[in-house]
Amino acid sequence: MEPASLPAEPSRLARLLRQLGATAFSLCITFIGLLAVTFVISRVVPIDPVTSILGNRASQAQIDDAREALGLNEPMWKQFGIYLGDTLRGDLGTSIRTREPVLQEVGQRFPATLELATLATLLGVLIGLPAGVIAATRPGSPYDQAVRLIGLMGYSMPVFWLGLIGLLLFYGTLGWVGGPGRLDAVYQMSYDFEVTQYTGMIMLDTALNGRWDMFANAFSHIILPAGILAYISMAYISRMTRSFMMNELGQEYITTARVKGMPERRVVWVHALKNVMVPLITVIALSYAYLLEGAVLTETIFAWPGLGSYITDALQVADMPAVLGGTVVVGVAYIGLNMLSDLLYRLVDPRART
Amino acid sequence: MIHQPMLRRVGAVAIAALMLGTAPAALFAETPADTLVIASAIDDIVSLDPHEAYEFSGLDLVNNTYDGLVEINPETLQLEPGLAESWTVAEDGMTYTFKMKAGITFSSGNPVRAEDAAYSLQRAVKLNKTPAFILNQFGWTAETVDSMISGAGDTLTIKVDKPYAPTFLYNCLTAGVASIVDAETVKTHEVVTDGVSDMGNEWLKTNSAGTGAYILKSFKANEGYVLEARPGYWRGDAKIAKIFMQHVPEAATERLQLEKGDVDIARSMTPTDVAGLEGNADVAIQSDVGGQVYYLSFNQKNENYKNAKFLDAMRWAIDYQGMADTIMKGAVIPHQAFLPQGYLGALDDLPYSLDIEKAKALLAESGITDPKVTLSVRNSADRMDVAQSIQNTFGQAGITVELKTGEGAEQLKEYRARLHDATLQTWGPDYPDPNTNSSTFAENPDNSDEAGNTGYLAWRNAYDPGEMTAESKAAVLEQDPAKRVEMYAALQQKHRQTSPFIVMFQQARQTGVRANVKGFYTGGAVDAAAYWLATK
Repeated sequence: MEPASLPAEPSRLARLLRQLGATAFSLCITFIGLLAVTFVISRVVPIDPVTSILGNRASQAQIDDAREALGLNEPMWKQFGIYLGDTLRGDLGTSIRTREPVLQEVGQRFPATLELATLATLLGVLIGLPAGVIAATRPGSPYDQAVRLIGLMGYSMPVFWLGLIGLLLFYGTLGWVGGPGRLDAVYQMSYDFEVTQYTGMIMLDTALNGRWDMFANAFSHIILPAGILAYISMAYISRMTRSFMMNELGQEYITTARVKGMPERRVVWVHALKNVMVPLITVIALSYAYLLEGAVLTETIFAWPGLGSYITDALQVADMPAVLGGTVVVGVAYIGLNMLSDLLYRLVDPRART
Repeated sequence: MIHQPMLRRVGAVAIAALMLGTAPAALFAETPADTLVIASAIDDIVSLDPHEAYEFSGLDLVNNTYDGLVEINPETLQLEPGLAESWTVAEDGMTYTFKMKAGITFSSGNPVRAEDAAYSLQRAVKLNKTPAFILNQFGWTAETVDSMISGAGDTLTIKVDKPYAPTFLYNCLTAGVASIVDAETVKTHEVVTDGVSDMGNEWLKTNSAGTGAYILKSFKANEGYVLEARPGYWRGDAKIAKIFMQHVPEAATERLQLEKGDVDIARSMTPTDVAGLEGNADVAIQSDVGGQVYYLSFNQKNENYKNAKFLDAMRWAIDYQGMADTIMKGAVIPHQAFLPQGYLGALDDLPYSLDIEKAKALLAESGITDPKVTLSVRNSADRMDVAQSIQNTFGQAGITVELKTGEGAEQLKEYRARLHDATLQTWGPDYPDPNTNSSTFAENPDNSDEAGNTGYLAWRNAYDPGEMTAESKAAVLEQDPAKRVEMYAALQQKHRQTSPFIVMFQQARQTGVRANVKGFYTGGAVDAAAYWLATK
């Protein structure tokens, strides 16, 4: 008797589509959850949006009118429905302070944060990853201890203090770097008129325009805040890399490779590192997302007009639509980076493709 | 596989390249000779439309890009003719005729006409943004303003609904909301939505169309702005060609920039930063006053606060000078009347000081035993410091103070609903005339809960000022300026002796400037900053 035929295995395409569908569904749920949390927070904080809008001098009649106009007299579920609908249409509301659309304002501030976070993450990875790998290959050595100490300092020193001391030393005393802001006054004044702004990221735009003098000046301004953020990022990445690598180097396939006479450098930097990359991608993505959130204090100290300082400024004047809008964008960045790291898994680890 | 020596070489070249790129920029960073670089926290700017701007930073910019019919001299802080050459008041005190100066042009090149002045005041009223109430006081509403203000050629006619004190009108005309805009230019930038014109508001939020010493070249919210001098300014050309304002929210950062010479002026430094600059020969500190007053007020729904002896006891139980010299050093000066220094009729004397024994005696005379005060305080460091000092000295006098801290907006909500017991607050004047503070501290037309007169500080404290309401209203109609001064002086004397308000301080400002910068005026309590007289 012929065995019953097995159900046909779904094609690779179908599998991929199913996986993508599942990812998209979970993203939607996460996004709605994010909106629900931000909405609830905005309603439970002891800040009256009406007082914030109308200020000290408003009459009771003006306050009542504003409550009605803002829909604050509607039931909570209805308010959330309106908020959800508006957000899905790309309408993050209007800033109370400036009366400009929040999406437009966030769009203007995001490139500054993106530029800073990207450079910081790049530096963090470029230094943290090799430092962690080398520390793992020489556990207990002075080198390992040094990496651990530097890492611990990065974890424990408040970024606010680090920023001020960094400014005092490298800008105030040594004069090695540019001061606060994204450019010197003389360049800042001409930037808007002389440079075509493709991305809003000054280094990229000045490079694309061939304005290398301005590029160098922008670099001198970004290197200190980026360096400080990179230090924190590097501390995290190097510790995690060391831990993953230690685990990996104890695996049997590593012993086998060594027994077969494979050069140690290849064992560590190719075979072990490749396997460590899977969890490391998550670590790097989370670190990047954290910096994209706008390293609030760093941006304040360095007068960096990014998303972090936007949200902080808005919070100080109880501009809740701006705070919520900024938070939603940060949340979306988190979700996006998580999705990206999911996709990268699949590229790096064949097992994740099934 | 890449060889290590190769990696090393690439690394070394990269580092060298970066250092080469960085070093010159950092080493030679200094402010350009033709540019005044100012660092300040300017995140309060909402709009640069002069008829909408109502925040300190926005009004600074407006003061340098626009002028009014009447101006305040930045050096003397006295009234002087602006775009109007002269004016007369009719017998009935309700019609003013302004003669416009000849030969003045807007930045567009258009000549300034009386039509522009009429259009501007009408626009400010019709636009009805936050500062419009300053003009509404004269009976100008969207419906009436066209018939009450008219201009033709060089003559502008202004009618008001009551025979106000002329100084009241002149003072209000120096406010930013009374700035004269270039009507022709603004009209070309009107946007009509659903049949309603924005009167060029959207365009003016980030552009300028005035007669001021400077033209707005660029503005980026929370980043900064650039102003460029225009030749032929009627008050004399600006001495410095460009102004670059950089938004720097952190005071310590501003101080570093000032010390390095990367900025010429730092405007938001804390007293601690200023103290740190002592002995630095490259930097000078300019001290003057702002308009804000710091006060304590007590809600008279609590009967204790109607007891004159008890209120007096508290007035003698505050260490005014001690706080101004220590915890608030540089940020305030002692001040004990509701009109800030610099205002018409302001009182500069300081009748009260810390005297615990006197406070104890007055408390005993009041007949109130073991009084408790619940003081609402905003949870910021300086307010908490002041509140704790008061808690301490009141305690010594036998008055127990419980501090109730909270977020500013929430405290304001409680205050406006008359739910507080006592509160520590500040009040900033809205326009440079004594009526701005007198009308809120000393007037309360209806003290009932139903009246909801939240705009009156007296009402918020359930305080019926009695005859002072009428006296304050009379002062705003007084035609004789000298007599008006006397009326406000008398009003403040009475108010500080009988009301449940204790005014303690006036805001002080400390501006850090590079030693080579001269002629920078902040405008004191009555005006905004003037950039055009500065040199370096």
